[in-house]
Amino acid sequence: MRTLRSWMVRLGGLFGKKRREAEMTEELESHLEMHISDNVKAGMTPAQARREALLKLGGMELAKEAFRERSTLPFLEYLVMDCRFSVRQLRKTPFFACTAAVVLALGMCVSVAISAFVDAALIKPLPYADPARLVAVTESSPQFGRANLSYLDYKDWKRYSTAFRSFDVYTGSGFLFATTNGAEPVPAGNVSRWFFQTLGVAPFLGRDFSADGPREVMLSHQIWQNRFGGRDNVLGQPVALSGEVYTVVGVLPASFQFAPLGAAEFWTTINEKNDGCVTRRGCHNLDAVGRLNDGVTVKSALANLTAIAKQLELQYPDTNRNRRASILPLADEVTGDFIPILMVLMGGAGLLLLIACVNVSSLVLARSEARRQEMAVRVALGASFSRLCTQFVAEGVVVVLSASALGLLLASWAMQALKNLIPLEMMPRMPFLADLTLSGRVLVYAGAVSFLGVLLFSLTPALHLALSAKAFSQTRGGLMEGNRGSTGYGWRRLGSRLVVAELAIAMILLVGAGLFGKSLYRLLQVDLGFRADHLAMIEVAAPDSRYAKNEQNVALARDLVNQVKSLPGVQSVALTTIPPVSHNGSTAWIRFVGKPYDGTHIEVNERDVSSEYFTTLGAKLARGRFFTDAEDRSKPKVVIINQKLATKYFAGEDPIGRQIGDPKLTPKSLCTIIGVIEDIRDGALDSEIWPAQYHPFNQDTSTDFIMIARTSQKAESVLPTLGSAIHQLHPDVGSRGEETMQGRIDNSMTAYLHRSAAWLVGGFAAVALLLGIAGLYGVIAYSVSQRTREIGVRMALGAGHGSIYRMVMREAGWLAVAGVALGTAGSIAAGTVSRKLLFGVSSWDAPTLVGVAVALGIAAMMASFLPAKRAASVDPVEALRTE
Amino acid sequence: MPTKADVWQGTLALMVFKTLETMGPLHGYGIARRIEQTSGNLLSLNYGTLYPALLKLEQEGSITSEWGVSDNNRKAKFYKLTRAGRKQLEREAHDWEQATAILARFFAPGEEPL
Repeated sequence: MRTLRSWMVRLGGLFGKKRREAEMTEELESHLEMHISDNVKAGMTPAQARREALLKLGGMELAKEAFRERSTLPFLEYLVMDCRFSVRQLRKTPFFACTAAVVLALGMCVSVAISAFVDAALIKPLPYADPARLVAVTESSPQFGRANLSYLDYKDWKRYSTAFRSFDVYTGSGFLFATTNGAEPVPAGNVSRWFFQTLGVAPFLGRDFSADGPREVMLSHQIWQNRFGGRDNVLGQPVALSGEVYTVVGVLPASFQFAPLGAAEFWTTINEKNDGCVTRRGCHNLDAVGRLNDGVTVKSALANLTAIAKQLELQYPDTNRNRRASILPLADEVTGDFIPILMVLMGGAGLLLLIACVNVSSLVLARSEARRQEMAVRVALGASFSRLCTQFVAEGVVVVLSASALGLLLASWAMQALKNLIPLEMMPRMPFLADLTLSGRVLVYAGAVSFLGVLLFSLTPALHLALSAKAFSQTRGGLMEGNRGSTGYGWRRLGSRLVVAELAIAMILLVGAGLFGKSLYRLLQVDLGFRADHLAMIEVAAPDSRYAKNEQNVALARDLVNQVKSLPGVQSVALTTIPPVSHNGSTAWIRFVGKPYDGTHIEVNERDVSSEYFTTLGAKLARGRFFTDAEDRSKPKVVIINQKLATKYFAGEDPIGRQIGDPKLTPKSLCTIIGVIEDIRDGALDSEIWPAQYHPFNQDTSTDFIMIARTSQKAESVLPTLGSAIHQLHPDVGSRGEETMQGRIDNSMTAYLHRSAAWLVGGFAAVALLLGIAGLYGVIAYSVSQRTREIGVRMALGAGHGSIYRMVMREAGWLAVAGVALGTAGSIAAGTVSRKLLFGVSSWDAPTLVGVAVALGIAAMMASFLPAKRAASVDPVEALRTE
Repeated sequence: MPTKADVWQGTLALMVFKTLETMGPLHGYGIARRIEQTSGNLLSLNYGTLYPALLKLEQEGSITSEWGVSDNNRKAKFYKLTRAGRKQLEREAHDWEQATAILARFFAPGEEPL
């Protein structure tokens, strides 16, 4: 304790030196005076008295020095001194200092920015109470893996499971919200009663849902502000949602986020009486979130639910065959999609940081080589090895601190820039990025990187000094000019190795960028089964209260199609319940009439589409015919299947005219196959084509659908007119989400992830290439400058320009070859690790590897051409004279 | 003139404490003279080492200093014990007595080793 205190005081002693010095002098002066006057009293002469007093003090200056040493921390004082000295030194070589600082800052900026994303997505806990105990629960099926949960299954799981303290379900929904501009669809969340308690979220205003709260609604903070003026008296007020009246009971906090339902603005409870799906065990539309009981792990909870699922399977074989449970930590459910790309980016940023470090150490190495004489002089003047090392540390601290400051500044800018690159419509899925900041954890990481930088900066020259023992033991040698030839060799070898490492890393990043770029290209080139150009689309929602009946719905659809078709530039218009390039899902269980059936679920994608759907999309008919507009409920039920379904279940047969029904072949479920279309990509770009069936919209209507228009002009030009056209005709019908099909494809999650991987890794690769080539240039140029005399001798002995060129280029060539060889191995390894992110291209894609190798080779040759030219232009007479 | 002993390492602090306890606030020169006097002039104190020692004790919070005026009207820095210093003195005096008592037993005549 006392020691600590004195250390603190001494640390403080670094400041206020002048005052302390004056005080010390005064104290010692007064001491002397008193002593002298005592001595005089004792009978000495004044001169004698003074001499005796000084002697007793051990000399004035010595006493002062002892005093000074005690009043502050000498080594810190040295360090401050060294830092000042370093700043002066570095100012003399501004190019070196700036290059090193900028390169380091660049590496730091990238890795800190990426680490901020990793921190926000993967490390920062979810903003719920005790988030580690929250899990995402779903059913699982052989077809889907993780599949939605049905309400009745949920009820049984909740009743019998012992794993959860609380267990709730949620699903996305939407409401038509009346505004002055007519009805507007607003995304919503439909949850079970205790959902918010399970998450541990308390309302910002008002209360949570009441025990049997019929028609209660909670508002998101955002819609409360935007649509309800942020007024407190909103509580208890009635709100009309899709024509039904709800009472506002609470407002959620502004910080509330729930990524699976990111965009939801209204939150209501599941209505057990009203909702058709709730009463059917085979209707799966829910996901669950549970809070594990103390001591229960994900594994034991899964075992518990699996046992219940097996029991339910016995009890309800029709609906629950092969249906099990699946549990993940909630955090994985929220961020799982982003983990691979974040890992790739983190890896890329790490490599870039590495290359920056290598670059800086080779710079430092070159500098220590140049400072050999300076070091020798200082050793000769009595500087100890440790004293020289302190000097190196000081230089490192100065450069790295300025680099860190710059790097952090750049990083905080880069973070926001990267975040702004994320399309707005994708943000609700990544609420964790909302407050992207340089958090404490990120700063710790940055601090660690800086520390590494200082280490690099001080260890490299220290090592160099220690290794070149010659310079140390034979200071005379170091002091002399002429011995460069031999000592330069060691550094050249080390420098070459560093350059090989740099080139290899650059190659890995280049190949990565190439592979991701190629993946993206392949992804966007994937066969869609339709023509994606010139298609504009819009989501439409009509209130059930007025359009729920089949004939009302059909009439509405016809009206809207005709209205949109009358817009200038629109050629044809189609409806569908789910547009292409969405997701595999929204499936039905089917069974074929006249085929044996063992009870295993045949699960296929199911979409309801209008008669013009396939022609509007430009899909190809393989057999049979399309629907007609006249095919409504009054006509026999028909269905069109895709090629995949035909080949899978009607191999070698003609499916036209065959019948499909539900697993029990209920008479009213039966419909006749009238056509087979070439596969349309219903799911994501990188997912498989699933068997699919398409029903006529008029026979199976829906008040929520998507309108797709084929346009003669640019699809974008039609987008603004779509919504108003619909509103004009039917103000009570809402619309949202206008986009072009091409935009939908380009902005789809899959394309987005691939594109960001390609661009970011591409950016890293460009920087890495620049650094690597600069490093190569540095080594070759240095080597040429060291060999000027040798080259002069060679030329004097008759070597031609060509042979000098060859000599220099050969040296560079070997380095490039070594770098490429190492890089190829590294690339294949890196590609294999990240192969999950690749699409349609293997991790050892030969064209990419060869292309990158050639490009790197050319760049390397270009970098070494300048020094080679300089070497060849050496004047032998001049070269020999200077030596 | 008898040979003078040097101050043993670590005992200077104790002497300073004891001096300040008996004499009250005192300047560096006074402390030095007092220590020499108390030792019956057997101790030879290098005055130059006294000041860093005083600084150390001050940094550790055992003593504080204040400018004042000496008996013969000279400006001087006066040191005095703090509460922490008093406690430390008690503790160290106790330790010291114990240590000397133990050593004394070794030199006591007539006592057989066990």
